[in-house]
Amino acid sequence: MTTCSVCGAELTLHDDAEAGEILDCTTCGAELEVIETAPPVLERAPELEEDWGE
Amino acid sequence: MSVKIGILYSRVRTDEKMLLTELRERGHEVEKIDVRDAQFAIDEAGSVFADLDLVVDRCLATSRSVYATQFCAAYGVPIVNAAETATICADKVKTSLALEAAGVPTPATTVAFTEESALDAVEAFGYPCVLKPVVGSWGRLMAKIDSRNAAEAIFEHKATLGHYEHKVFYVQEFVEKPGRDIRVVAADGEPIAAMTRSSDHWLTNAAKGAETDAFDVGEEVAELVAAASDAVGGGLLGIDLMETGSPHDAETASGDDSPASYTVHEVNHTAEFTALDEAVDVDVPAAVVDWLELKAEAADAADAHLEVTV
Repeated sequence: MTTCSVCGAELTLHDDAEAGEILDCTTCGAELEVIETAPPVLERAPELEEDWGE
Repeated sequence: MSVKIGILYSRVRTDEKMLLTELRERGHEVEKIDVRDAQFAIDEAGSVFADLDLVVDRCLATSRSVYATQFCAAYGVPIVNAAETATICADKVKTSLALEAAGVPTPATTVAFTEESALDAVEAFGYPCVLKPVVGSWGRLMAKIDSRNAAEAIFEHKATLGHYEHKVFYVQEFVEKPGRDIRVVAADGEPIAAMTRSSDHWLTNAAKGAETDAFDVGEEVAELVAAASDAVGGGLLGIDLMETGSPHDAETASGDDSPASYTVHEVNHTAEFTALDEAVDVDVPAAVVDWLELKAEAADAADAHLEVTV
């Protein structure tokens, strides 16, 4: 269990969560990045940059 | 054979997650390397690169991908895709030149460096034509130009607001594709799987919400994919084609005298395959890992050969 860094809502990570994965907060909709998995730490995900993508 | 594979990343998409799962389930050791944390000294490799049999570039940012692969090459660390491939595929101008030089059919393209010369290029193509950023993906900043007025406005915006790369005007013929394009994911030119991407919109990227369906790779497409792969230096690639003839032509055309049935408009060096995996029966991440194992074994064999001969 951890909290959304934007709205403070409680979130539970999936068992297979990976550092670097992006999650949507189900309460506020913010994109969050998994920084650590044990214990879980979330931060607001970086904004999309121009050269991102395949 | 268990190998130690480094994954260069900055965001773990579904694609990376599937790869990580597949690698771990096969007993391989995985070193996740977040390029936002990594530092790349020009004279020596950081400790994170020690003892890796192979590094896989899955950087989300093109700029990071281009530089990180060059550092790995300089360090003598085996990496896929190769720095040369990343450098070519990251830049649409370089990709177009590579495809043209290899004789791979690709849309007619003209590059201009000023608004005035770009407008002349557009007028020469006629309307509609297409303007693309030289670096970019997911269908962003693509413009279908339907009139001179639109061209003038777009060029002024790009020249005024854009990064310097937006002052390189990449103008391309508009290809009347049949509402879809084709994505083939290939490993060193060998197709793993393919899908069509269909949309009412002129852009048919999966990232734009196009519908996907499995596509059977025929001989002609397979040959073009192999040639396009060779043209950019090989590797794990997402190769995009458009049909330029009728479906009947596409199935039957062969030989130099036949009209081209396909044109290759893009080659992606950090190909996303989630949509493809959902569209086809092939286990795409498993096939990718099959290929990674071969690359790791080949790199190991080459390293052993060097040790013996030095």
